Amino acid sequence: MGRFFVQRLAVAVLVAITVSVIGFALLRVSGDLAADLAGEDASPAEIAEIAALYGLDRPLHEQYLSWAANALGGDLGQSLFTNEPVMDLILERVGVTILLSLYSLVLALAIAIPLGVLAAIRANTSIDRAALGVAVFGQAIPNFWFGLILIYLFGVLLRWLPISGSSSFAHFILPTVALGTAVMPALMRLTRTGMLEVLEADFIRTARAKGLRPGAVFFKHALRNAILPVVSLSAVSLGFLLGGSVIVETVFALNGIGLLAYESILRSDFPVVQSILVFVSLAYIVLTLASDLINARLDPRIRLG
Amino acid sequence: MAGGLFANEFRVDAPAPGEIMRRRARSHVGFLAGSGFVLLVVLLAVFAPWVSPSDPFTQDLDARLLDPIWGKGGDWAHPLGTDSLGRDYLTRILFGARISLTIGFGAAIISGVVGSTIGIVGGYFGGRVDAFVMYLINVKLALPGILIALSLVSVFGGSLVALIAILGFLFWDRFAVVTRSVTQQVRGQEFVAAAEAVGASHARIVTREILPNVMSHIIVIASLEMAIAILVEAVLSFLGLGIQPPTPSWGLLISEGRNFMFFKPWLITLPGLALFFLVIAINLMGDGIRDITVPEGRAR
Repeated sequence: MGRFFVQRLAVAVLVAITVSVIGFALLRVSGDLAADLAGEDASPAEIAEIAALYGLDRPLHEQYLSWAANALGGDLGQSLFTNEPVMDLILERVGVTILLSLYSLVLALAIAIPLGVLAAIRANTSIDRAALGVAVFGQAIPNFWFGLILIYLFGVLLRWLPISGSSSFAHFILPTVALGTAVMPALMRLTRTGMLEVLEADFIRTARAKGLRPGAVFFKHALRNAILPVVSLSAVSLGFLLGGSVIVETVFALNGIGLLAYESILRSDFPVVQSILVFVSLAYIVLTLASDLINARLDPRIRLG
Repeated sequence: MAGGLFANEFRVDAPAPGEIMRRRARSHVGFLAGSGFVLLVVLLAVFAPWVSPSDPFTQDLDARLLDPIWGKGGDWAHPLGTDSLGRDYLTRILFGARISLTIGFGAAIISGVVGSTIGIVGGYFGGRVDAFVMYLINVKLALPGILIALSLVSVFGGSLVALIAILGFLFWDRFAVVTRSVTQQVRGQEFVAAAEAVGASHARIVTREILPNVMSHIIVIASLEMAIAILVEAVLSFLGLGIQPPTPSWGLLISEGRNFMFFKPWLITLPGLALFFLVIAINLMGDGIRDITVPEGRAR
């Protein structure tokens, strides 16, 4: 366990450093930061003064290191637009995005696992093909458009649910459906493939032969073994959802970091964009690392193989 | 015929591999439906100036927001109605197909070349090279694609070329992951060892022995990535950072129709359905190509 753990951790740290360099580079290619900070009608001398004040005239690697050191200390700089600390802006809104991502993942799993198990048990029947149809549908439907259709159906025609904002649980229902639909198909396919593989294994035949009820065989013995890759993919999906919620948050005016990122991109507030980018990447790295380690713990073939 | 164990291999009249694939293709409903629809959209896009009833940019302020043919006062002059500036909606949607297909093809080709090169190099050379390739893939996977695409498009602008380049260089990871593992498998085969034994160069082995065996996988992923690129372009244009007006992109049409969706919902449903059906068709085609060329890769 020790060696696998150290190796995996080293890769994660290396990837995290690279991601932060890319985030830093994005801020620099986006334009002249000193000119942005100085304001629209600043003279070249004023811009140079600002550059010296913020250390923007130093070599790039020095700038990166001081930025990274500040970031590690919790100082992500200031928004060019509101002048608030970026950290405060993110902390204010990250809760909404985490909630939306978790709700979406729960919804996706609640549909994907039963449907995947059912499709595997009834492989190559019309039930299986219907499940596959649901997956194809979920994969192909454009997220943002599905959101608009939901708004039209449930917000405008039926008037059941609020269509924008994030003040109550009801506000999360439509965005959750729109976002959950996007990650459900992959989870369902993986559950189905995993179940198909496990159902052919000897211990399942034994379980059946000794007269266990089919329900006990499928859910207690088979699913428990098929679920491992689904757990990893769930962690990966959660990371994807945190970054992918930008579309759905924008459509539903849900006040999370996705909407914040979109607004900041529109007003070229790159310190905020950069911080959200690095934050979401780090969340993804931590989640995949955690899922790898949990898997290695549960399945000795991974850590020893 | 009571053939032995290998009877089929000695029969001179056994079908050639190409013939087997053609037979599989002809009986694969999903592939036929998907590729048929894609072909139809391609033809409509190519011949858009001739098949569409009017010009995509000509405004007619007296004929704004007309209902489609099944709506109130529908008229064959504008079968799918008109938009808020009186432009014929069918024409706008037909011309929108050009944007989607161009970006889909362009991005899939760039990401295919980039990703397959990275994947094959990693899988072929192994060792430290492969470790570096894995590191590249890990970095790519950790970056939130949509956010990066939005930031880059806002910096470099939403021209067609910029969009193709940005999407192409963003979505190469699946190509790299799959070609890397397939190359690893092919690398261990005897014919590769034979080529090495007769002194073939790395370049020759990769192009003559490895590439032909990886190609069918590349084509399957290319179709999936094409669908993804089309969806992402629509998102970027919908969010106002991709294709700019007055160019008709489906994402942009949905964004423009959004202000009127409560009274004229077809302004968003029609381009959305076009997008949805094109993506489904491309996915069906891709799944079909996989079943036909690499049936062992099928998810049973």
